Amino acid sequence: MDLLRFITAGSVDDGKSTLIGRLLYDSKNILIDQLEAIKKSTRNREAGEVDLALLTDGLRAEREQGITIDVAYRYFATDKRKFIIADAPGHVQYTRNMVTGASNANLIIILVDARQGVVEQTRRHSIIASLLRIPHVVVAINKMDLVGHSQDVYNNIIIDYAEVARQLGLKDITYIPISALNGDNIVDRSQTFSWYEGKPLLEVLEEVEVDNDINLVDPRFQVQLVIRPQTEELHDYRGYAGKVISGIYKTGDKVTVLPAGTETTIAKLEVAGAEVAEVFAPQAAVIQLADDVDVSRGDSIVSSDNKPRVSNEFDALLCWMDEKPLLAGNKYYIQHNSRLLRVVVKSIEYKLDVNSLDQQPVEGGVKLNEVVKVKMKTASPLVFDPYEAIGSNGNAILVDETSNSTVAAVLLQ
Amino acid sequence: MSNYHLDYLEQLEAESIHIFREIAAQFERPALLFSGGKDSITLVHLARKAFTPGKIPFPLVHVDTGHNFPEALDYRDQLAAEVGATLVVRQVEDTIRKKNLTEPKGKFASRNWLQTYTLLDTIEEFAFDACIGGARRDEEKARAKERIFSVRDEFGQWDPKLQRPELWNIYNGRIQKGENVRVFPISNWTELDIWNYIRKENIGLPSIYFSHDREVIEHEGQLVAMSEFIRIDEDDKISTRRVRYRTVGDMTCTAAVESTATNLDQVIEEIIATRVSERGETRIDDRVTEAAMEDRKKNGYF
Repeated sequence: MDLLRFITAGSVDDGKSTLIGRLLYDSKNILIDQLEAIKKSTRNREAGEVDLALLTDGLRAEREQGITIDVAYRYFATDKRKFIIADAPGHVQYTRNMVTGASNANLIIILVDARQGVVEQTRRHSIIASLLRIPHVVVAINKMDLVGHSQDVYNNIIIDYAEVARQLGLKDITYIPISALNGDNIVDRSQTFSWYEGKPLLEVLEEVEVDNDINLVDPRFQVQLVIRPQTEELHDYRGYAGKVISGIYKTGDKVTVLPAGTETTIAKLEVAGAEVAEVFAPQAAVIQLADDVDVSRGDSIVSSDNKPRVSNEFDALLCWMDEKPLLAGNKYYIQHNSRLLRVVVKSIEYKLDVNSLDQQPVEGGVKLNEVVKVKMKTASPLVFDPYEAIGSNGNAILVDETSNSTVAAVLLQ
Repeated sequence: MSNYHLDYLEQLEAESIHIFREIAAQFERPALLFSGGKDSITLVHLARKAFTPGKIPFPLVHVDTGHNFPEALDYRDQLAAEVGATLVVRQVEDTIRKKNLTEPKGKFASRNWLQTYTLLDTIEEFAFDACIGGARRDEEKARAKERIFSVRDEFGQWDPKLQRPELWNIYNGRIQKGENVRVFPISNWTELDIWNYIRKENIGLPSIYFSHDREVIEHEGQLVAMSEFIRIDEDDKISTRRVRYRTVGDMTCTAAVESTATNLDQVIEEIIATRVSERGETRIDDRVTEAAMEDRKKNGYF
């Protein structure tokens, strides 16, 4: 059994909560007491009908303060897969919420209201999906019951969306006509769409191939901490613990420690204390090196034949997530996996309109939810790959030095 | 399927180990909050894997309400000795006396709320900057929105407005003096994942997780263990039932379930078949108000 992480994108009225509720309910992941609790809250509705949207209801603090916490996580499983849903609220602060929720997703479900077709929101969700390079897209055309289950409506939406996808370079797109409210085409294939020959949503989620989403070609590893037991029998043990960011490492591989540039070989590999011949992404591993070289937290151990970029000046896209605006010349910390460096945002090149992809000039500061292209400079070199090439080694966050808040998602270029 | 494939438990394990190593590297004085329950036992197991062949580089801290199951306490001492970790135990009883706190009254008077005082005092005593907990997001809706690194102010309070966006697998643990971070390495595990992992890794558990005979009273459909900590009323019927525990908390607020499951396979089979959530079935304290957990979190409880 493996794991699929996905995000659902849709505005409030697209039926996103109902869809999630339906997936949890129809896959029998809702338990009696949870159902009792939502039945109690469904007083106003007709007897017998449960409002599944209430399963994803917010906290009292959110209602009281009129805020939404960016992402809630939901869990369910079938015999084939475990699923983690990142449920990002629809309207307010949308870019921030969606980027956060999408950052770990293998797949995005974009909800389209069959009555509305492809709208500005749909484009925006798709642009964010393409910026973050979410590998799989499911376009769920919802509320088909309200358009008489019309195949023409469905086909026209596909034609419209295919054009959006072409412009954005989105691949692997699956279209499904559904009614979340009635449960049509969610878990089982619905009789009401005699013309639809594809799979119901859950089956698509169960079967989408995610193993290939992990880069096993370019060996990247960053040290989180050095394990030095310093006991009598392990007197000389120095293990570099960290996550395999991408690729495969084998004992005997020639490697280079960056940014220092020291060359050595891998002497021994361990996973959770057990010695292994090779490790691969996304395992948590311990590497022992043949030579006594200087390695500390944040250093990269990479293949000597396949190196990332090492530079203290670089371009990036930032998704700004803070109320305090970003101004050119501001200094922050950049956290790239486990490496923390001082960084200055030298210049702000342009703002990206997330509805049209147009590049617009930036006047004044960069505001919450805006996506901008910047030039940055770090105090010592960053060891990275462009996000487009190796996502897991091309992402970072900016941290405000004074408030310690996470203020931006960084896509390195 | 290639050889380079991780199943879901291996993926969850890798994620948790990565989080443990971030904690050790980012904080000066972390502590693992240990309750004796299966989730914190799993945490200790994962921590051991994260730092082997070194030792777990932080203490296990138990806030003891005085209402624990003796089996859980025995297990706690044995586990701490086995992994060679420092065990810090602080008693709620002492806080009650020192601070002149009022003990809750009632049939199942629970010291659950009072734990928070002892916990915050312990954090202050040792200047812990990170407290590692075994909370899971599938447990309850306040937890569904919890970060893996959750920043708390000096009162331990959780302010939903102050939560930092948490992107990719990058964890920002930078804090001001006085603040601390609660870290939840098994956020993405479900109850069933924990049980399956315990089976796969052959992790030992306190005996009360398996079927045994116990004197209980039945109260509003829940079976509560007989103990000196609950008030027995005249019309209570005491009976001996064959039960196990699905969660292990205080004797006053954890209910038993009837079961004949004596091994992990049978327990997992029963959990798959059950149609009631873990908290709904076994936590007496969560039934008080719908937002019980949310309130407790805001006050510094986990």
